Amino acid sequence: MTSHATTAATAPLDLTPRPGAAPTRQMLRAQSVMELRLLSRNGEQLLLTLVIPVLLLVMGTRSTDIVDLGEGRAIDIITPGVLALAVLSASFTSLAIATGFERRYGVIKRLGASPLPRWGLLLGKITAVLVVEAVQIVLLCGVGLALGWEPSGGVGAALWLLVLVALGTAAFGALGLLIAGTLRAEATLAVANLVYVLLLVGGGLIVPLSRYPDSAQKILELLPSGALGEGLRAAFDGGGPGLLPVVVLAVWALVAGLLTSRTFRWE
Amino acid sequence: MTSPAVEVRDLVMRYGATTAVDCLSLDVQPGTITAILGPNGAGKTTTIETCEGFRAPQSGTVRVLGLDPFVDATALRPRVGVMLQSGGAWSGSRAEEMLRHIASLHAHPLDVPSLVERLGLGSSGRTPYRRMSGGQQQRLSLAMAVVGRPELLFLDEPTAGLDPQARRATWDLVSELRDVGATVVLTTHFMDEAEALSDVVHIVDAGQVISSGTPAELATSGARNTIRFTARPGLDMPALMAALPHGTKAEESPTGRYVVSGDVDPTLLSTLTAWFATQDVLVDSLLVERQTLEDRFLDLTGRALR
Repeated sequence: MTSHATTAATAPLDLTPRPGAAPTRQMLRAQSVMELRLLSRNGEQLLLTLVIPVLLLVMGTRSTDIVDLGEGRAIDIITPGVLALAVLSASFTSLAIATGFERRYGVIKRLGASPLPRWGLLLGKITAVLVVEAVQIVLLCGVGLALGWEPSGGVGAALWLLVLVALGTAAFGALGLLIAGTLRAEATLAVANLVYVLLLVGGGLIVPLSRYPDSAQKILELLPSGALGEGLRAAFDGGGPGLLPVVVLAVWALVAGLLTSRTFRWE
Repeated sequence: MTSPAVEVRDLVMRYGATTAVDCLSLDVQPGTITAILGPNGAGKTTTIETCEGFRAPQSGTVRVLGLDPFVDATALRPRVGVMLQSGGAWSGSRAEEMLRHIASLHAHPLDVPSLVERLGLGSSGRTPYRRMSGGQQQRLSLAMAVVGRPELLFLDEPTAGLDPQARRATWDLVSELRDVGATVVLTTHFMDEAEALSDVVHIVDAGQVISSGTPAELATSGARNTIRFTARPGLDMPALMAALPHGTKAEESPTGRYVVSGDVDPTLLSTLTAWFATQDVLVDSLLVERQTLEDRFLDLTGRALR
């Protein structure tokens, strides 16, 4: 090969090998920040995780015109339900779609060749989902209170909120990754959106289980959507959710988590 | 001799009924540029991705920098730079942002703005990855392989889809990496790339290495080299063959046109011209035809389309 001068005026670039991984904390921070930055730039994701829940909450104050939520003030029934929906949108739909397209674009493969450990990749995703959920909870509780929401249960209800959101995130997140790790990106997009709409309409998220037929109630209280919606409504009702929603969400998280860890394809 | 940077022994990789890599062995010496040259579907990417630790060998062994790339992945990843054949960036990320992210995963990364300038990535600005041109995506992918200052680089078709300028810039960067001590393994199906860039070429076909050597060795090993000359008709061919080294053939066909075939080297050429002087022959034209790597490649892998 004939050597020839590089014509572009480039700053001196010392290519001498000097390999090494960044400190783990730096890698984890970089990964989480990158996930959040991309998320904040994605209009569809923001629509799904923030705009739709807020709109539903506002519409919920006039819910008697749309759907009968049962006894009690509409805003007190619908606010916990919308919080449950917010968890579904961030930890399931949004996570599944983003991860599906990461696989499609070879991002997961590329990061798999970088010093970032695979658990670091997962931790970055969990952090991003939790940050989005924190924003959702603050925003939705604020809007709910402004619209006249009167939660009961005090500190206990707030603690239940944290426990149920954590378990719901684990269950829905594992299910989202299960889909994203096995289906093509387009199929993931379709399934994640379809499940979101189905659970929103008939999954026991927003409409209390008592409004469903008896036979449907038995099934819905065993679904993660029914467990999370019913659990949050009971928590802010002052009565506390009891054991069933906690157990249901934990079992879904465990089973889906195991399946995901066995089937997730990184490419 | 130092131990190889990459050592592949009897590697076998199958996908269902298809055998992608079929008992492939090759070595890569440290501080060299080694090209794995082969037609589409020859098993190049599977081989290189096994070296990158993406999958375990189904049979055979792979050692990279003395380690098992699948088992010792954590230790190897910071030391090895990888350029995937396609993709590797978030669809919504921008070139410099993506490069900064990969840099932040390394302890002593290259200066990102300098690298962006060097590879002409600045022009893509705020364009998200999914809307960059193929060439911009390729250059970003190369930059991501380089930014962590690895000692060993695997580049899978680094110049596919590049315009001539970007291709030349890639060649320059790869040569420079070798010159400062890095080891580079690249796959390509461009003969001129393997010929111009690499110290060693492994020609791969149907999952096996079918020939290895320097580009020059490979080009000449087929012995299809010839000297053609035109001169007055009726030269004494048996006498010429007697004057030339053993094994060299000479014939007149058609009248006045001559072909000498054999190991064409400077000695043969000077012997030939010396013989012309003794015969008082002034040739009208003389042409040395050396086989190129491309000829050799087509000889070895056949000319059928795949």
